[in-house]
Amino acid sequence: MKAYLTRRYMFSASHRLHSNAMSEEENLAIYGKCNNPHGHGHNYAVEVTVSGQVDQSTGMVCNLAI
Amino acid sequence: MVYLTRKAEFAASHYYHNPELTPEENRRIFGKCNNPNGHGHNYTLEVTVKGEVDPHSGFVVDLKQLKEIMHREVLDAMDHRFLNKEVPEFFTTIPTTENLAIAIWQRLAPKLKAAQLHRVRVYETLDLFVDFYGEA
Repeated sequence: MKAYLTRRYMFSASHRLHSNAMSEEENLAIYGKCNNPHGHGHNYAVEVTVSGQVDQSTGMVCNLAI
Repeated sequence: MVYLTRKAEFAASHYYHNPELTPEENRRIFGKCNNPNGHGHNYTLEVTVKGEVDPHSGFVVDLKQLKEIMHREVLDAMDHRFLNKEVPEFFTTIPTTENLAIAIWQRLAPKLKAAQLHRVRVYETLDLFVDFYGEA
């Protein structure tokens, strides 16, 4: 039997959207508030999904503890 | 084709143990989950069915019926139960989240008439869940 197992992780980071290939005006027009040179932050969630046959011996697709 | 999901919550205890392995192997593979006195989770179950919308009722599936089936087949059997000792599927298989999703699929699939079962998702915690689509 094939099952899909997902684990979710949270992390926080700051960033700024800016391309050196464009002028200041173009950057501002495209990225808006995200172009603020002092940056801004997000709480990100990342979901990692693996799939596979459920191992008969362990009942698991993937042992998360090992 | 429309997909409809219904959610339910249940609490159950379990432990992981394979009698074919040595006590040391069981402890190594299953860690704290191998404690024979068990531990518990608040599970969240999401059942997704798919089908054409019936032009007469506007439903893919009668939600009241789906709720009744989920309660009768799953919650009445598993809520506030020790899965290894009280749910027949787990007398011989280990009640991991993977096997729980498969067992719930096998309980629900034959009972659904109009709509087809699409996915069973079981959350063991908010950050850990298993999807089963009935694939071999």
